[in-house]
Amino acid sequence: MDIRTTGGPPTTEEVAAIDGFLGAPESLWEGGARVEQDDHLAYGGRAARSRRHLLLPVLHAVQDRAGWVSRGALEYACRRLSIPPADAYGVASFYARFALEERPPLAVHVCDDIACKCAGADALCDALEKGFGPAGAPDAAGSAAWYRSPCLGLCDRAPAALIERAGKHHAEARVAPATYESLSAILGGEWPDSETSMHLPPRKESRLLRRIGVADPESIESYLQAAGYTALRRAIELGPESVIREVTDAKLLGRGGAAFPTGRKWDAVAKAPARPHYMVCNADESEPGTFKDRVLMESDPFAVVEGMTIAALATGCEQGYLYVRTEYPLARERIENAIEQARAKAFLGADVAGSGMAFDIEVRRGAGAYICGEETALFNSIEGKRGEPRNKPPFPVAVGLFGKPTLVNNVETLANVLEILKHGSGEFATVGTPESAGTRLFCVSGHVRSPGLYEVPMGTPLRELMQLAGGLREGRTLRAVLLGGAAGSFVTESQLDVPLSFEGTHAIGATLGSGAVIVFDDTADLEQVLLRIARFFRDESCGQCVPCRVGTVRQEEALKRILSERNQSLREMDIALLSDIARVMRDASICGLGQTAASAIGSALIQLKIAGVN
Amino acid sequence: MASGVFVGLPRRMVTVNIDGEDVQVTEGTTLLEACRGINIDTPTLCQLENLTPVNVCRVCVVEVEGSRVLVPACSRKVEAGMKVHTDSDRVRHSRRMVLEMLASSVDMSLCGPQVQGWMSQYGAEPQRFGSGAATVAQPVKIDNDLYVRDYSRCILCYKCVEACGVDAQNTFAIGVAGRGFDAHISTEFTVELPESACVYCGNCIGVCPTGALMFKSEYDMRQAGTWDESQQRVTETVCPYCGVGCMLELHVQDNSIVKVTSPLDHSVTAGHLCVKGRFGFQFVQRRGPSR
Ligand SMILES: Cc1cc2nc3c(=O)[nH]c(=O)nc-3n(C[C@H](O)[C@H](O)[C@H](O)COP(=O)(O)O)c2cc1C
Ligand code: SF4
Ligand code: SF4
Ligand code: SF4
Ligand code: FES
Ligand code: FES
Repeated sequence: MDIRTTGGPPTTEEVAAIDGFLGAPESLWEGGARVEQDDHLAYGGRAARSRRHLLLPVLHAVQDRAGWVSRGALEYACRRLSIPPADAYGVASFYARFALEERPPLAVHVCDDIACKCAGADALCDALEKGFGPAGAPDAAGSAAWYRSPCLGLCDRAPAALIERAGKHHAEARVAPATYESLSAILGGEWPDSETSMHLPPRKESRLLRRIGVADPESIESYLQAAGYTALRRAIELGPESVIREVTDAKLLGRGGAAFPTGRKWDAVAKAPARPHYMVCNADESEPGTFKDRVLMESDPFAVVEGMTIAALATGCEQGYLYVRTEYPLARERIENAIEQARAKAFLGADVAGSGMAFDIEVRRGAGAYICGEETALFNSIEGKRGEPRNKPPFPVAVGLFGKPTLVNNVETLANVLEILKHGSGEFATVGTPESAGTRLFCVSGHVRSPGLYEVPMGTPLRELMQLAGGLREGRTLRAVLLGGAAGSFVTESQLDVPLSFEGTHAIGATLGSGAVIVFDDTADLEQVLLRIARFFRDESCGQCVPCRVGTVRQEEALKRILSERNQSLREMDIALLSDIARVMRDASICGLGQTAASAIGSALIQLKIAGVN
Repeated sequence: MASGVFVGLPRRMVTVNIDGEDVQVTEGTTLLEACRGINIDTPTLCQLENLTPVNVCRVCVVEVEGSRVLVPACSRKVEAGMKVHTDSDRVRHSRRMVLEMLASSVDMSLCGPQVQGWMSQYGAEPQRFGSGAATVAQPVKIDNDLYVRDYSRCILCYKCVEACGVDAQNTFAIGVAGRGFDAHISTEFTVELPESACVYCGNCIGVCPTGALMFKSEYDMRQAGTWDESQQRVTETVCPYCGVGCMLELHVQDNSIVKVTSPLDHSVTAGHLCVKGRFGFQFVQRRGPSR
């Protein structure tokens, strides 16, 4: 492969950013200066290409420093990593957060997604547009720009904004709830105060949230005092096979959305003949209305690291990755700190806690792509590629990251593993329903008095969860609840007694999904919510397969017509069209994104009788 | 079916049931090959014998009992005991919608007669998405003398990217950029071809099913209204430039070579050529005064 670069040299700043991350190039062949030996030997090929997986971290380094990725910078990165520029450009342009055109160093990302809409995000964006020009355009001074963003995972404090400042001292901050005043001060150059502590709703008996507010999330000593790492010690005593049996007996189902039995997955990876095995913790959490994994990582990061370690030792993985969305800077920082401290105490490394087994973890940062939460898209992203899902089979347990057997688990799933090991599978399953064991974290947002993260036993009725969250505001009536986020479905007043378990929601044609519960009262503009959902899927489709690439666009177009069309028969034609589109997306899309992209909209038209649908 | 030369270990035979008929095929066969083996016509757009399956267009989907969603026949391997339906209501609906949605967003008028056949067989009506339906229409890119790129005809089948990359050319001059409906084939930062890594092997043209990539000679003749396939003869020959021995098919109209291809199933080329074989034909038709 011949890497042709014609875009001119990178700036010294860009080189500093890339070399700062990769170290200085060794020779001409890697984009450095000519040294004598270059005339006699060339290298590249497999050895150089095996660094391709560093592409996203390198692009982040450039963007954090320079505010965007120029052609010179991209081509320099290509030389350093031996990637063809057209290929790397395809990767960079896939991710919403990489800017490929020059832009101001200060970026303010304002969430206009579902929960934030309920909290006035549209009015906030309108005001910003008046004050600072349209989204995406530099302000008058050319020093800042604001952008509309999908859900930032701060729905409990809506409306939310994320601030990024590029430069030698790159910084990120979050403002939630955001106001026009706070954001205009930031756009004017003021840096926000460090975050006020998060809002924690009252808890009765919790398992997964037990340590929150009790143990210091930045100190392993504090974690150890709160009985941290007892689960790992127990796991080492039991040995891999018994650990897997415990997890299987506990009937733990994955909390990432697909509800796959965790024990069965672990067993399959443990038995996979190919080596090495990889462990991946899915912390991409981008389903609108979901923020549970963020809270776990920010407030109990050592538990996530311990959970990954137990999973890895049980399934024979020596290398783990935690893939966290870029919008979670505090979670990233806390997890990185936890990993470092765990290493220092030999809970990670060549000999994990005296077990004789090795395991270590690397944190990888997403770059603005909901689809990268899909496990195979996530692998591609870690490998430095476009986040396009792979066709299944083969499944990740056989062919996953770097083509090897891979265990993928959600953050909350791993947090449950600690409970299983500490108290035994029997005790674990005493809470919840026979089919859905344990507790579940629910992210309640929208029109309730106390939005926040609630842990309740599986099977708790939706009505009770809403009461825990303070219920509706005075004098308001319920319009609908969106269960499971954009990929979920709407339920109405008459369905509030649904038990929140996998089987309970399934029975009414709904889903728990990621645990997002967005409540709408009679002031909600549900048509705007539906249009936002349609735009979300249009924006987030990876574009690989026709049913989803074109279907999400046709769905949005048809929905817009349905909501504005007065003529009943034309509207009925569009409703029929929408259901034809929904069917092909559900049946023929490659991955879960396309397969569920019509579910919320379809359920709304039927359940809520929007546009006169019966 | 199932005839073939043994290379290495013999493969096991498996039995699958397709539309009620038990079929014996070798392990590792795709459902598409199994279907074609018993003459079940299966539409395909992104599949080609000489490329790795990407299974992105989804027009080839079939129903496999026990599978929640439909499966792409072009890449799914047979498994013993599979029960497959290739003409169920679900299958017909998905095929129709894929063709219909593609044709509503892309100019597919230069796709071969086979594609037009599938359109009518499955009852695709691209107009029903309305006149406001978003399309990929854009100006044609003419930035070199050898071939043009008209991405308003691009169905994003990934074939050109595969041919330019690991499946044939290993040049990687083009890739898929952007995402969602904005995904498109592009060089880095959309630079023009002469500035890119392109070596003009034309292998991307050879695999493009829609006419989005086209010899400049063909493009010019189509613009002038003189392109006429009924007046063309195809002459097979061997490339004279080097010792590899690539087979060439010279498409000749009015005594001029208007395009060069190579058969997909040829043992030397598998359909792929280099710039000399593909475009280096001017010397045989030097007109004008001889020296
Ligand atoms: C479009 C899409 C997005 C997803 N996003 C996430 C995510 O953000 N976090 C997650 O854990 N799982 C997500 N999943 C599910 C993962 O593919 C996978 O099933 C999960 O990580 C497995 O972990 P579990 O078994 O512990 O639930 C997503 C799936 C799809 C189709
Ligand atoms: S369903 Fe959508 S997101 Fe998934 S592979 Fe297809 S285009 Fe990509
Ligand atoms: S002509 Fe050859 S090198 Fe150029 S883009 Fe096409 S396949 Fe790639
Ligand atoms: S240009 Fe042709 S070969 Fe390439 S993706 Fe488009 S339709 Fe397919
Ligand atoms: S942060 Fe705005 S909807 Fe989640
Ligand atoms: S031909 Fe099978 S998916 Fe395109």
